[in-house]
Amino acid sequence: MNINTTKIISLLFFIFSAFYLYTAYQIQVFAFDENAPFNARTFPIYLGYAGLFFSGLKLVLPEPYTIKVDHKNLEYKKTAILIIIAIIYGATILKVGYFLTTSLFLFSSYYFLGERRWILMFLLSFPFVAAFMYLLHGILDIYLRDPFLQSIGVMG
Amino acid sequence: MIEGILIGLTTALTLQNILMVMVGCFFGTIIGMLPGLGPMTAIALMIPITYGFDPATGLILMAGVYYGAVFGGSTSSILLNAPGVPGTVATSFDGYPMAQQGKAGKALAIAAWSSFAGGTLSAIYLLFMAPSLSKVSLSFRSPDYFALMILGLTAIAAFSSKGQFLKAMMMVVLGLMLASVGQDSLSDITRFTFDNMNLTDGISFVLVVMATFAMSEALTIILKRNDPTSAAKQVSLTELGSIKINKEERTKMYKTIPRSSIIGFLIGVLPGAGATIASFLAYGMERNVVNDEEKEKFGKGSVNGLSAPETANNAACSGSFVPMLTLGIPGSGTTAVMLGALLGFGVQPGPRLYMTNPEIFWSIIMSMYIGMVILLILNLPLIPYIARILAVPKNYLIPLILFFSVTGIYVMSFNNFDIYLMIGIAVVATFLRLYDFPMPPLILAFVLGGLMEENLRRSLLLSNGSWEFLWDRTLTLCILLTTILIVVWHFYKSIIRK
Repeated sequence: MNINTTKIISLLFFIFSAFYLYTAYQIQVFAFDENAPFNARTFPIYLGYAGLFFSGLKLVLPEPYTIKVDHKNLEYKKTAILIIIAIIYGATILKVGYFLTTSLFLFSSYYFLGERRWILMFLLSFPFVAAFMYLLHGILDIYLRDPFLQSIGVMG
Repeated sequence: MIEGILIGLTTALTLQNILMVMVGCFFGTIIGMLPGLGPMTAIALMIPITYGFDPATGLILMAGVYYGAVFGGSTSSILLNAPGVPGTVATSFDGYPMAQQGKAGKALAIAAWSSFAGGTLSAIYLLFMAPSLSKVSLSFRSPDYFALMILGLTAIAAFSSKGQFLKAMMMVVLGLMLASVGQDSLSDITRFTFDNMNLTDGISFVLVVMATFAMSEALTIILKRNDPTSAAKQVSLTELGSIKINKEERTKMYKTIPRSSIIGFLIGVLPGAGATIASFLAYGMERNVVNDEEKEKFGKGSVNGLSAPETANNAACSGSFVPMLTLGIPGSGTTAVMLGALLGFGVQPGPRLYMTNPEIFWSIIMSMYIGMVILLILNLPLIPYIARILAVPKNYLIPLILFFSVTGIYVMSFNNFDIYLMIGIAVVATFLRLYDFPMPPLILAFVLGGLMEENLRRSLLLSNGSWEFLWDRTLTLCILLTTILIVVWHFYKSIIRK
């Protein structure tokens, strides 16, 4: 049997809604609220049923338009690399600091996306981030945590 | 009203706010021109910057970005046949053929003038209608609001492109589910946090917007980089032609603009409809009202065919501010983002905004006029130069979008967890988008989730747990009947199509 991806997504959503509904029933409410017309679990329970209803309908009803995705033409590798770089960026931004991690993130992203114009890559990473930091931190007074710049005495 | 206009003018005409409109229009145009990046993404990217301003200034900046992005979207529609936003799809029907005939400059000028006229006319409609709508909306009670939110969410799902109603409804439910994470607003009981302290305050609106639009858009562009069917094609632009509009073309526009602006504004006012529906309807209506000779030109570079959707989509932008400012119900995904930003500023849009924060209410309306003028002044002479931005290599564009997304979350929470969560949601959203699951319903539902629960809570408590509140009041019943009508009409159209 050939099942299309939209149906699989609908099935996953159905399972997710069932899990959501189960969790909604587990929400602890105050004893005096237990039989109230509306408590903290009422709305989530309705949502859980709504999720089951719509995803169930999507599963059961025939698909009016089949969406064909040509996986051969999709750049999974580069997308995955970019996501991994973004995760590393997220993991280091607080410990290392905004300036260095952001600049390295931009530089490495340009590189992995196939860019090799080194000067342009540099200009659009380190000086660009410095200018952006100045705009946020210096002009708009938005605090940016940066242990690295603090350790070398650039930032107070 | 005169007093309100003066308050608005005083606020909007400060040097800082004029500068914000200019900056907003300029950056909005540039971001909107980039295929795939629409006003919602542009505004989402601006949210962290608006943190440093007062609410009126922040909103004026976002309104400028909004108009700029809609115009920018038209530019990529005309030059590349790659609409930056769904609202400018209809623009490409006649704009792109004009550009192919070597009249790209003229097409852009017609788009700019039509946008200007559409936006200005609808700002006038807004000026007169918003206060009266605000007064009418004061009679709204919790059941009416709840019904209105159901209407808004159903409408945005029903107006999604063909065959997507159930997918859009699933996205609505997902958006509401995401909004339910965190503490319950009344009892402070935590829900769906799985003992994770980072989720106690719920998921941030900026995080969801950045993840589902900016970040997932960037990932989608990379993913579809080698896809030959992808609309994001780079073409060389060597000949833009003249930007002058002759007398005959002007005459055609004089007739098209007023009727398209009315359609655009009225559609924009409806919660959930927005610029896309407005531009398609205006295009369709224009085709029906012109003479046979002109009708033949539609799809081949018709002035009316280009002017009508351009006027309507900008008019719809102003129209969509009406339900946002007066009812607290966004008329489109973009105004849903702005509503979230307003809530972030601590301003509660709704019937009382007009009275409690008149400077915000009126300054936004007044800044629309100013924005339209500035958009025209900025864009007409810059058309040949602005077009060059389309040549920005994706190798630079994508990392910069990711950088802005992460920065937006970083400055907001200083929390690694939020960044991981954003990446996770972005990956899921990218996958969902690949299979045509629309994101605007998710955002609209996420924004309305808290308000919807609040109004349902009040309604159920007042009616002692009975669902009779849905038909007790005429207004509630009318709104619900409209919702049912929309769903029935949608299914009827689907059956007819088959």
